[in-house]
Amino acid sequence: MTSPTVPNADAPTSRGWWKENQQRLAPWLFLAPGIFMFLVYVIIPIFQSINISFYDWDGLGEATWVGTGNYVELMDDDAFYTSLKNNVIWLVLYMLAIPMGLFVALFLNQTVRGIRIYKSLFFFPFVISQVVVGLVFAWFYDPSYGLLNIALGWFGIDPIAVLADERYVTYGIIAAGLWPQTAYCMILYLTGLNAVDPEQIEAARLDNAKGVKMLWYVILPQLRPATFIAIVVTVIGALRSFDLISIMTDGGPWGSSRVLAFYMYEQAFSEYGFRMGYGAAIAVVLFLIMMVYIVGFLWKMYRDEKGR
Amino acid sequence: MFPTPIEKKSAAVQAVYKVALPIALVVWLLPLIAVALTSVRSAGDITAGNYWGWPTEFHLLENYTAIFKQTPIGQYILNSFKVTIPTVIGAVAISCMTGFALAVYKFKGNLLIFFMFIAGNFVPFQILMVPVRDLTLDLGMYNTWYGLALFHIAFQAGFCTLFMRNFIKALPFELIEAARVEGISEIRIFWYVVLPLMKPAIAALSVLIFTFIWNDYFWATVLTQGADNQPITAGLYSLNGQWVAAWHLVSAGSIVAALPPVLMFFLMQRHFIAGLTLGAVK
Repeated sequence: MTSPTVPNADAPTSRGWWKENQQRLAPWLFLAPGIFMFLVYVIIPIFQSINISFYDWDGLGEATWVGTGNYVELMDDDAFYTSLKNNVIWLVLYMLAIPMGLFVALFLNQTVRGIRIYKSLFFFPFVISQVVVGLVFAWFYDPSYGLLNIALGWFGIDPIAVLADERYVTYGIIAAGLWPQTAYCMILYLTGLNAVDPEQIEAARLDNAKGVKMLWYVILPQLRPATFIAIVVTVIGALRSFDLISIMTDGGPWGSSRVLAFYMYEQAFSEYGFRMGYGAAIAVVLFLIMMVYIVGFLWKMYRDEKGR
Repeated sequence: MFPTPIEKKSAAVQAVYKVALPIALVVWLLPLIAVALTSVRSAGDITAGNYWGWPTEFHLLENYTAIFKQTPIGQYILNSFKVTIPTVIGAVAISCMTGFALAVYKFKGNLLIFFMFIAGNFVPFQILMVPVRDLTLDLGMYNTWYGLALFHIAFQAGFCTLFMRNFIKALPFELIEAARVEGISEIRIFWYVVLPLMKPAIAALSVLIFTFIWNDYFWATVLTQGADNQPITAGLYSLNGQWVAAWHLVSAGSIVAALPPVLMFFLMQRHFIAGLTLGAVK
């Protein structure tokens, strides 16, 4: 690299040159490894995937250009609509983790003895792998000996094979996902509640505010940062749902519990031959849905940065 | 404090709360308790259908030795460590630098690069899957721990940069200015002034990344196969296929798989929560 400065009469030593320019160069030096890795493994692959989605490709042989062919095929693909519909169900129902997490946090926000241990134990489901969560719930739902059906039996209800029934399967998996997600939201709210201004609460108490009213008008506005993060992580969690579906049902019965993330994987690596192009097209659709949230998030961050 | 501290309520309410607390906990953790109990059941209990009652015999040693002897679970665990530890070190090291650069220097494109890291961090994995798999194959790193770790380092750099940048931004900038006045080079400022102050952030991020990567399942299935290189999450899935109806073994395997992140969480709880809730309070 050459120095952009005008050659000096008393040629500066390399150390002098570095001293003069280091403030300008240092950030790029520090950024280089991170940017390089991120470009190679994240940014460039996004564009490669978009490109692949215009080809018919089995991952090994020659790729044939099909233009928008994959997308046209998607329009007529029932499995695609099932996946899309399930994604919407996931998005909507996963949001329940937020009020549930708030509820648990309010329940635990006390100072009785041993409460710290309780808080950590309540957080447990988030720490363990979704593979384990999936196995545990698959077992919980088992029609012949699962606890759910034993419990239903007490009320005289016939066993329901949750994971084998097209009507219930997606809801069953979402319920399993809500368990760790609620724990996550709970911890966000517990931290948020810690930072709530006690003086405002006292002032509101003097004004006779209490219970739900207090929560709604005084506490929740102060919890806004926690709620924001909770929404962000929950949306992302919902759109990324893959592990639980793969573990609990493998997309079944008859593909009825697929979501886009899972359907994409299935198409790209299916046992009936790899359809990389078609899979990539599904991934692009999922990416575009996620982009709406990413842009929204960046927009809020941009405003916050400018506000500083 | 909200809700009203329980000490200010009547004795009856306090008593109810103290009873409700453990009950709620047991209900909340019921699935896990059942797994823990089943992992020490005998095969006889399983065939007799005793899944939810108290075990008739405790087969703690038998079951746990059985899974290590009959299955490659030890290898799976080792593979998990081989992927997770380098990822933690790599991602934290890279993001200390990127975070420092983005927080301390004002230059054109700063915010743009920062936003690139954030946006990339939220991208759905699936859009990366095919190209990353190809790249890993081309590099001859398919089905190796380092192929998987390299990808994880790169992807986690997004979240870690966001985290580190915000942390450094909150440090007193006067320290850096004072050092510059003293004529200390930028690299030394990073190493001797800023890095020592980042210890809490490094600790928090390390535990978080450890848990994330340990629990990763998707990339494990995309970039590795077979017991020689797959981490425990993918291993547990294939073992589950082999152990049909051997629920005591599935349970013991699940407990073993869950143990490292759980221990990590308990040992480093404060850091873990600090990391996770960054940004949840203004």
